[in-house]
Amino acid sequence: MKKTVFAAGCAFGVALAALAVPCAPAHAQGKSLTLCWAAWDPANALVELGKDFTAKTGIEMKYEFVPWTSYADRFVNELNSHGTLCDVIIGDSQWIGGSAENGHYVKLNDFFDKEHISMDAFIPATVVGYSEWPKNTPNYWALPAMADAVGWTYRKDWFARPELRAEFKQKYGRELEPPKTWDELLQVSKFFSGREIDGKKVYGSYIFTERGSEGITMGVTNALYVYGFEYDDPKKPYHMQGFVNSPGAVKGLEVYKELYKCCQPPGLTNAYMQEGLDAFKSGQVAMQMNWFAFFPGLYKDPNVGGDKIGFFVNPAGPAGDYTQLGGQGISVVSYSKNRDAALQYIKWFAQPAVQQKWWDLGGYSALKAVVEAPGFLKSAPFAPDFLKSMAMVKDFWAEPLYVDLLLDMQKRVHDYVVADQGTAQQALDLLVKDWVKVFKDEGKATQ
Amino acid sequence: MSLTADSTRSLADRVAATTPAPMMRRVRGLSDRSLAWLFIAPVMVLLLAINIFPLIWTIRLSFTNYKSNLPNAALRWIGLANYNDILTDDDIWARMQTTAHFVIWTIVLQVLLGFGLAFLINKKFRGHAFWTTAILLPMMLSPAVVGNFWTFLFQPQIGLFNYVVSFFTGIDPHSFQMIGDVRLAPWTIVLVDTWMWTPYVMLICLAGLRSIPEDIYEAAEVDRASAWRQFWTITVPMVLPFLMLAVLFRGIENFKMFDMVNLLTSGGPGSTTELASITLKREAFEKWRTGYSSAFAIILFVTIFGAANVYVKALKRVKQR
Repeated sequence: MKKTVFAAGCAFGVALAALAVPCAPAHAQGKSLTLCWAAWDPANALVELGKDFTAKTGIEMKYEFVPWTSYADRFVNELNSHGTLCDVIIGDSQWIGGSAENGHYVKLNDFFDKEHISMDAFIPATVVGYSEWPKNTPNYWALPAMADAVGWTYRKDWFARPELRAEFKQKYGRELEPPKTWDELLQVSKFFSGREIDGKKVYGSYIFTERGSEGITMGVTNALYVYGFEYDDPKKPYHMQGFVNSPGAVKGLEVYKELYKCCQPPGLTNAYMQEGLDAFKSGQVAMQMNWFAFFPGLYKDPNVGGDKIGFFVNPAGPAGDYTQLGGQGISVVSYSKNRDAALQYIKWFAQPAVQQKWWDLGGYSALKAVVEAPGFLKSAPFAPDFLKSMAMVKDFWAEPLYVDLLLDMQKRVHDYVVADQGTAQQALDLLVKDWVKVFKDEGKATQ
Repeated sequence: MSLTADSTRSLADRVAATTPAPMMRRVRGLSDRSLAWLFIAPVMVLLLAINIFPLIWTIRLSFTNYKSNLPNAALRWIGLANYNDILTDDDIWARMQTTAHFVIWTIVLQVLLGFGLAFLINKKFRGHAFWTTAILLPMMLSPAVVGNFWTFLFQPQIGLFNYVVSFFTGIDPHSFQMIGDVRLAPWTIVLVDTWMWTPYVMLICLAGLRSIPEDIYEAAEVDRASAWRQFWTITVPMVLPFLMLAVLFRGIENFKMFDMVNLLTSGGPGSTTELASITLKREAFEKWRTGYSSAFAIILFVTIFGAANVYVKALKRVKQR
């Protein structure tokens, strides 16, 4: 009996080994690749696009998509712990400094040279924002993958109603049109706020207020930039006094709060992308701040899409035209065991034909060959505004300690805008103090 | 097949007989105390590994500038700087005040309501078992679920809560928001925690009430003590140790409350409901200030450990009376 059991065990072991042998080299050769990103509409487009890569190379694509609220936590932890979950990662633009300096990403300069991938072929702002560290130096850690910026949507059908247009013209002496400045944005928002349309009470505009991750910062910067906020002295890096808390920046923060107070639907005190989409789709707001990445999906929405939706770029302010940069670059994780296959994916993804299909499927290509093609502006109703926005983007700090800087800003801005604590000047003064401390801890001169 | 005393004895004898002589000699050489140590050693090692060592490591880190997202950065010994930063930071004191507000009010409300409910449930009435189960339901839910569904209930446009308030008071349901209002938000988290954990206090009080012997009340009746007097001289003193235990459990639990509040308000609006534990999480796992957050954790630990110790001594005195 014992001999029989032993023999059966041996046979089972041999069978297992026989099964395992062909699998092992397949994995070692990188026949599957895990791509990490956020769980949102463009990720679905990327899955669709990835099928072509699998068909061409035989490499199976696996995906690890995490909701935005835990995206940074999840993947920054993964990188910090030198995890091997992700072979390829579409990481947020602000991670580039930390990921480059801590060796999480593979430096791609040699690979780009070898494969003749030129960064000149991409929109300049995306190269600086997603690929370079240190900024404005030819050190590349990512390929621009998903160009994005903050833009606005509006209810074109409401704006077109003759009675509303007449009332607006009588009240403000101009046509009811998508706002071009933040003053106009406030005016139009107030005009709609509290009004009853189709039997429902509606509100002027939806803006980001989320406290936990990056929401309110990604929203408020759109007002701050156009009123004169600068991260630091252009001539003296990390010198923030008088730039972060300049009179213009204070005014920008006050305007953002005014917009929140007058025109945000009730209850949206801790709201980011999804809440904005919900508010817009359910007909609660006339205008919505959100990322361009969502606009293809909104345009297809059966209730508010098509002829009912319009788009506009972030309105200008006294300091000019700016908008918050979003989007991400695609990088190879240096701890990946499938580095060659990962690089193969980057090479494939950089091809103009693939980039064109990426745009067609709902992703946002940063390749000039796609966005500067003759038919691009007419390829989607939001395409002209997207292109215009990409020429006026500004990004948050991309320092290795960007999380500290971001969370400080989240706190100071939310405390002032939503929780009514202190004045705008006090909020920004405290922010300077917080940031000075972060940079000092990092050993960077701030005075 | 049951083992009789004889058969077990013979089994023990057989095992003893088959034990190799060298091992027998070794075991025979061990004292009872040594054997006791031998048996508890694995548990002690485990405790040292998962409790004591991390605690000592945390204390060590609290004197450094360590950031766990920069593992290769130079580790600097900064003495008491982290402790000094924390104890002189106005924001931290504000968070401690928020935590104190939450802990004190939840305990007061839960004790009053829990004891009241236990007192009522302790009476025999029809449907008694059903109501007991119904009251216990909230504490059986996950804090994550509670946080999420109360978020929906408090939604000022579609949430049920505002409509209920409106129904009873006539206030416009859209005119106020529980989570988004700086004045109401701190009370919102108190309300939800009280809803969830009052049944727990009730359960402990019920155990206390049921432990009071009936004959004490019968003797009081014979002495013509009024119901009010029976309540103050029999019920309250005899339930008091149980009540104090409930206060201890809820106090410790709410001092380190995180999940429910984080899901309900994320510490907002602004930082109005940011409890110490939420600040600690942000410092430790979002800003990755490991040294600083270790110092903060130690301060919180000492605070709660000290308070609990004083309280347990008071509890012992009450029990001895």
